[in-house]
Amino acid sequence: MTALATRESSAPTPQVPTSTSGSRRTAGSRRPRAGHFFVLPYVVLLALFGVIPVVYSIYLAFTKAGGGFAGFSNFTRSARDYRFVPAIEHVAMYVAIWLVALIVLVVLLALVVHRLVSGKAKAVVRFAYYIPGALAGASSVLLLLFVLDPTVSPVAMILRWTGNEHFTDVITPHHLPVIFAIIAFWTGAGGWILVLYGALNTIPAEVMEAAKVDGAGPVRTALNIQLPMIRKWVSYMVILSLAAGTQLFVEPELVSQASFGIVPNDYSVNQLAYQFAFTQNDFNGSAAISIDLLVVALLCAGLFVARGKLFETD
Amino acid sequence: MTVLAAPRRTSSSGSSAVTVKKATSRGFVFVLLVLFALFFLVPIVWLLLSSTKSATALNSQNPYSFGSLHDLRRNWDALWSFQDGAVKTWMKNSVLYAGLALVITLAVSVPAGYALAKMQFAGRRFLLITTLIVMLMPTASLVLPTFLEINYAHLVNTPLSVVLPYSFFPFGVYLTYIYFSTAVPADLLAAAKIDGCGELRTFWSIALPLASPVVALVGFFSFVQNWNNFFLPYVMLPGSGQYPMQVGLTQMLASTPTFNPVVGANAAVSPPELVLATLVSIAPVLVVFLLAQRYLVTGLTAGGTKE
Repeated sequence: MTALATRESSAPTPQVPTSTSGSRRTAGSRRPRAGHFFVLPYVVLLALFGVIPVVYSIYLAFTKAGGGFAGFSNFTRSARDYRFVPAIEHVAMYVAIWLVALIVLVVLLALVVHRLVSGKAKAVVRFAYYIPGALAGASSVLLLLFVLDPTVSPVAMILRWTGNEHFTDVITPHHLPVIFAIIAFWTGAGGWILVLYGALNTIPAEVMEAAKVDGAGPVRTALNIQLPMIRKWVSYMVILSLAAGTQLFVEPELVSQASFGIVPNDYSVNQLAYQFAFTQNDFNGSAAISIDLLVVALLCAGLFVARGKLFETD
Repeated sequence: MTVLAAPRRTSSSGSSAVTVKKATSRGFVFVLLVLFALFFLVPIVWLLLSSTKSATALNSQNPYSFGSLHDLRRNWDALWSFQDGAVKTWMKNSVLYAGLALVITLAVSVPAGYALAKMQFAGRRFLLITTLIVMLMPTASLVLPTFLEINYAHLVNTPLSVVLPYSFFPFGVYLTYIYFSTAVPADLLAAAKIDGCGELRTFWSIALPLASPVVALVGFFSFVQNWNNFFLPYVMLPGSGQYPMQVGLTQMLASTPTFNPVVGANAAVSPPELVLATLVSIAPVLVVFLLAQRYLVTGLTAGGTKE
């Protein structure tokens, strides 16, 4: 089978990988090929833990608790819940702050680190920025709870300057979008700096030399050469971060647990979906909220896929 | 690099305005890098120092001071004896879940990413789009349906109930797809095929060795993500004996009087113990990072093919 596939793909003139549209040969492409063999295990996992759960939550969202088609009633019921709109506002504010910080600061830092001349300085800076990546999830929230407690905090001075004497002053609800954006940036930015740094490394040295010879300074090189060439990776960062941002869950959940009830346990949209499922036993309403989140993510993804040309390999 | 920089410096030394501008931009870069280094590192440094303090020292001493080895030892002993060695069990579970998932993830996603980037087959574009869509879906929204599915297969409360969902990592497939399509020249693979390599051999002997940076990257992201996952194991594994460390941590948080005044004094975890637990929970990820660092950032295909 492998031998056959090989002969087939190497016999014509060397493939032109730049046009991967696949529309080139439609006739006879239904037979299993080497490619199918390579992707088969992944397709199995994709079906089991990607597609089937989604189909199932769509099914739940349009079904009544006792069975039977429910139309959009699960959606309208969950959207009219008094906690629904506030939760969306909270998450939107957090995501907006976080994405702006990511796009501006991560790109800037990746470019600056990439320009450093000393290899050792590069390695040290990269490592320093990346370390917090080890603390995603519950670990980072725990550490953050300490950092935000003025009695033990390493930045107690800053907290007191800004008028926060007690832990409960710091974690008031209107501080939370900024606080969650800071946690997310603190844990995630280093990883993205690494990814963009790696992308900058794939720009051929000749291109960079040519820019230099033409008299382009660091800023012009960045704007006219590096940014366009790593655009795919930047949009990738934005898409993934947006998706991750809308599912805000662990942070408010733990902050709520540790805040003596100041922060409600339905602060984010996902927490609300969780409350629907686990305290109200309303799986259908929960699935409807999940689908709401999904639609938002899909709309944004579509926009970025179209603009960032994610599937064009060149 | 130096060769190039030298003539530029001599030419620019003529006008002092250019030199000043250069110095300003250097200063700006330096301040920027240092500020962010502090932002990222101060909490970590605090974490390391605070694990060496007693509960009273944590409140009274300067946050940037070292406690004592004696107190570190005491926190350490208290940590491992918490609930009769629960921490050891949780750490073992975390290693098992994230380790198994790492192996399966790499075996599954690297060939898939390669095929999507470099091979033609029916359904390729459909698979790419599906991958992106699933990758973008909030994973938390999949937890409950996945739970029901796993429940149907009678796998709840088994290691497989977290290892299998962990092993599905579309991000890894997409990352390898991007890598193979942008950084590995098609000419190189075509050359291998002209030399008589089959698809499998081309992948194994030519593409895979060139891909070590992206393999390390995918493996690393997969391990870190699974190690830190909280929601899925929380739902799938009801018994404390099956918890990974992340879920265990929140159980310790619930036993810390600073953040939960309801806890009785004898069941309590002191804040420095909680700090040390956080430190222990991140230690393996830090080790993996140190080991993989060399691969994470090497610029790769320079010289892979000559024009």
